[in-house]
Amino acid sequence: MNYKSLSARPTSNRATVVVGGLTLVGLGVLLVLGLVVSPPDTVQGETVRLIYIHPASATMAYAGFGLCALGSLAYLWPRTRSLRWDRFAGASAEVGVAFCVTCIVSGSIWGRYSWGVWWTWDARLTLTALLLAVFLGYLALRRTGGDPVGRAKRCAVAALCCFLVVPVDHEATNWWVTLHQKDTLFRIGKAPLIHGWQLTTMLLSFVVFGLLFTWMLLHRLGIEALEDRIEEEGYVWAIAERRAEGVAQVPTTGPRRPLPGSGLAGGPAAPTMRAAMPPGEGR
Amino acid sequence: MWRDAVLVAGKDLRVELRSRVTTNQVAPYALIVLLLFGFAFDQDQYILTHAGPGLFWVAVLLCSLLAIQRSFGLEAADGARDGLRMSGLDAAGIFLGKALAVAAQLAVLEAVLTGGIVVLFGARLGDPLLLGATCVLATVGLAAAGTVYGAMAAGLRVRETLLPLLLLPVVAPVLLGATQAWLAAAGLSSGGGWRWLTLLAAFAAIYVALGVLGFGTLLEEA
Repeated sequence: MNYKSLSARPTSNRATVVVGGLTLVGLGVLLVLGLVVSPPDTVQGETVRLIYIHPASATMAYAGFGLCALGSLAYLWPRTRSLRWDRFAGASAEVGVAFCVTCIVSGSIWGRYSWGVWWTWDARLTLTALLLAVFLGYLALRRTGGDPVGRAKRCAVAALCCFLVVPVDHEATNWWVTLHQKDTLFRIGKAPLIHGWQLTTMLLSFVVFGLLFTWMLLHRLGIEALEDRIEEEGYVWAIAERRAEGVAQVPTTGPRRPLPGSGLAGGPAAPTMRAAMPPGEGR
Repeated sequence: MWRDAVLVAGKDLRVELRSRVTTNQVAPYALIVLLLFGFAFDQDQYILTHAGPGLFWVAVLLCSLLAIQRSFGLEAADGARDGLRMSGLDAAGIFLGKALAVAAQLAVLEAVLTGGIVVLFGARLGDPLLLGATCVLATVGLAAAGTVYGAMAAGLRVRETLLPLLLLPVVAPVLLGATQAWLAAAGLSSGGGWRWLTLLAAFAAIYVALGVLGFGTLLEEA
């Protein structure tokens, strides 16, 4: 096992293949329903089709950040402390950030046609941008390298701090007077504000984006596990590779002379400074 | 816990008093930031007067980054952080002590910056009670959040660049609440200033609680 064989190892398994297949089928159906079957809105016209992307993206972003906080809590709880929870938190946050960017971009395009501006300092918009910024900081903290246990503890506390923005962002349209519309689907004690094919397509978008979220999360979990393995074992592999190079350079005939820097007569060369550096330290 | 907090705060403030970094470097930096704002707005007195509270709190945020980095930088050399960890002091007490020391330095900087915006921008101050309450709550919130994130970034080689990325988005509510309260105190906005203090108080309470509960975990890995 070495870097090359590990980096070539796929992160797919039976679960990712099944979920990925369902996601592809779902996206196909969603495209047909969203672009062909579902009618344009009488007021918003064709721009209403962004509703099949935007609310589902926002929900998946919240889900990603919520799972990140849950994974972090599980890591901090002494009885459930395991690096698997740390990896789960990191993978959830990454997928959440991807959906948060999708949400902001789709909302901005909709805002340009509906409000006449790409951006406005509305409470919901500002808080969503803030949410993205704090989780980008969290991801930057995860990439600082070093001891995985130390990183996990640090990141778990950071994730809980970052998650504080989520409920405030979600309730922004209820707590402040905002341009952003209030909930369309899930209104307590009231019927949804949309009907027919628009309602069906919007509900389907949540299911399909949920599948996409799960597929991305499963792959990211696999990648996180491989990255941690490189962090743990890469140092040993690097030394083994340098030793193998040293052995290959030993002359096969004639008297054996010490190799420069090896300190051993005819033995393997000492690892270079780069190889001697623990993985992650160079970041 | 409180005895430990006073000990740690006393230690940090004594180091600051002897090294005079806050007064000789951070305070002049704060005034330079105000001068740069003046150049950026082309000495437009109307904009500077009306934007004065916002510029003041942006300058405070920038200075708080320096104060927090300095607070944790003090213990970076000679294994001082290990010494602090092994001193037997309560982690919550260490958090409160460090936050208290940062808050004291920020209070000094805020006094200097207040003079700066009055002299340079011609800013009106208005209701002293509202201004004072805003300063106290915002300073506690900034110091508490800064100490939590400072400990998170301490010990990392990229701490200088990472801390602003982590801290500035998190303290955005302080910037918003404190600016709005100061605008109301100066009569530059129609909204009531006191209701913004609720936001500042909630922020400060959340981060003090987070720091008291989580600082031990952060200190272990700092």
